[in-house]
Amino acid sequence: MDLSFQLQQSRFLLSRRHALAAMAAWPVVPALAQFRVEVTGVGLTQLPLAVAPLRGETAGLPSVSAIVAADLERSGQFRLADTAGAPPLDELSRPDLAAWRQRGADSLVTGSINRLADGRMDVRFRLWDLVRGQDLGGQSYAVDAGELRLVAHRVADFVYEKLTGERGVFSSRIAYVTRVGGRHTVWVADSDGESPRSALVSPEPIISPTWSPNGQSLAYVSFESRKPVVFIHDVATGRRRLLANFRGSNSAPAWAPNGATVALTLSRDGGSQLFLMDATGGEPRRLETSSSIDTEPCFSPDGRWVYFVSDRGGSPQIYRIAVRGGTAERVSFDGTYNISPALSPDGRFMAFVSRSAGAFRLQLMELSSGTVTALTDTQHDESPSFAPNSRLIMYATQVQGREALMTTTVDGRIKTRLAGQAGDIREPAWGPFPNA
Amino acid sequence: MTVQNHRTHLAGLAFALLLTACGTGVKLDEGAPVEDRTGTAVTGVPSGQPSSGAEAGRTSPTPPSTSQGTQVAPVTVTPSPTEPASPVGANLVFFDYDSFVIKPEFQLVVDAHARYLRANPGKRAVVEGHTDERGGREYNVALGQKRAEAVQRALGILGVESARVEAISFGKEKPAQAGQDEAAHARNRRAVIVVR
Repeated sequence: MDLSFQLQQSRFLLSRRHALAAMAAWPVVPALAQFRVEVTGVGLTQLPLAVAPLRGETAGLPSVSAIVAADLERSGQFRLADTAGAPPLDELSRPDLAAWRQRGADSLVTGSINRLADGRMDVRFRLWDLVRGQDLGGQSYAVDAGELRLVAHRVADFVYEKLTGERGVFSSRIAYVTRVGGRHTVWVADSDGESPRSALVSPEPIISPTWSPNGQSLAYVSFESRKPVVFIHDVATGRRRLLANFRGSNSAPAWAPNGATVALTLSRDGGSQLFLMDATGGEPRRLETSSSIDTEPCFSPDGRWVYFVSDRGGSPQIYRIAVRGGTAERVSFDGTYNISPALSPDGRFMAFVSRSAGAFRLQLMELSSGTVTALTDTQHDESPSFAPNSRLIMYATQVQGREALMTTTVDGRIKTRLAGQAGDIREPAWGPFPNA
Repeated sequence: MTVQNHRTHLAGLAFALLLTACGTGVKLDEGAPVEDRTGTAVTGVPSGQPSSGAEAGRTSPTPPSTSQGTQVAPVTVTPSPTEPASPVGANLVFFDYDSFVIKPEFQLVVDAHARYLRANPGKRAVVEGHTDERGGREYNVALGQKRAEAVQRALGILGVESARVEAISFGKEKPAQAGQDEAAHARNRRAVIVVR
């Protein structure tokens, strides 16, 4: 399976409002998500699903059905049946079960979009179990046209949860950084990379954005004062607060799951060393004293451990130490360069980047067994970040010499390149479930 | 053909709660949600003064967007003045791959800056460490820090107290030369001594 939908060009435009105005002038746009799914491997157990075009879906607005289909396909849990030539069905139609099953679907999403008198869009959908002929429920949303993408992500979340029993992540947000010439921008976007909104523009680099557990703030490292300092940035208001601007370098912020504590790397006493700070500021507390490089802290989801990178053994490896201090334990053993640990929110996995024969590749360790699996065959993987349901990992890499953001399933079989911006794109950070 | 009344209780009441920023999701069979705007328009955003802090005067938040679902107030950082060239002349120290050792040919650069700083007690220096583009961004910040601290220590040996020299790192974020070959990598593995 290898699907390419039409390029979504609104991402080059300045605002959603401009985008809508521009798209209104276009001819038929069958699908607005730029998206490319690669499937490798066999023996996948995917749920066969069809997302019928919604009745009333028109050119000039984001195609809710296409976004829903793209979301569900990117999750790796669904095989999308072809809907070409299918009659439009709305949420009141009773689908022809046999005909849809012949298309290879066990479940079907139907629905409609209507413009209300006040100008808002009324989106309704219903999910069908085609095997049992059963209505699995539906929802309706009345929203401004500019929020149709968000509605589509929420429809995908509904379908995902109904059919897999797990929470979907499609309406969560991501952050990432672009560099175009000397312009560095932190973006906040939908989980598929679309609808990017600029949170920060700076003439100097920005690295290591990471979401607070409540999804309201980003911590990141900014070089805007010609040295690395750590900010906490409330994205809705644009209010920024310097968390760490100590002598030397201040970097690698990581939120504790309770949102009250931030781990980070400071060189104020010499060397790159791990500290804990209250997220509101104050005096840093040393986590450990070593004569090595210690950096890239990351909390375990239970908040009891800090995983980090250290070269104390002669090469960078991943260790962990109890938040209350103690002796560090080594976690990664294969190879001579293992960095950038990220723990899955369910606590089962650690994603990290390993260098082997000059290639930097995303790896996954099952923490209970220590088994490591290579998830990619690319050369420049960086900065893994888990989806809040632990099912997908977002990471930065290079594709044909250009920086790209990808998602992969934790078995490495299904990868999607996200819609992006012109220029270099990097440092993805997946936010928590919305309204967490 | 009509749809049978669906009686399944929506498993996730959470779904309805999720919709605060996006109009309200309503179970289909409860009828159209025509005027229910619960939870929309949470754009009651203050005028966007940055909080206290050293950088407060340097940012300019612009008014928040009107988008209700996922508000993001953009902030723009104004450029800082560019650094003056070193009054001492050459101020670059280059390093071998994976090395933090100051090679003899660059000891002269360190010596000259030590002399200048000793002769000008009011002056301070910042040593910026840099790496080539290979490897992780944060790990490279730590490697660049090690290079900067090597130069800071070398200045210390020559009598410049370390309190007057701040060692910081840009990691791989500000390459001096673009390119993936060893020539570019060698130009980028450097420490820069900036006198202030």
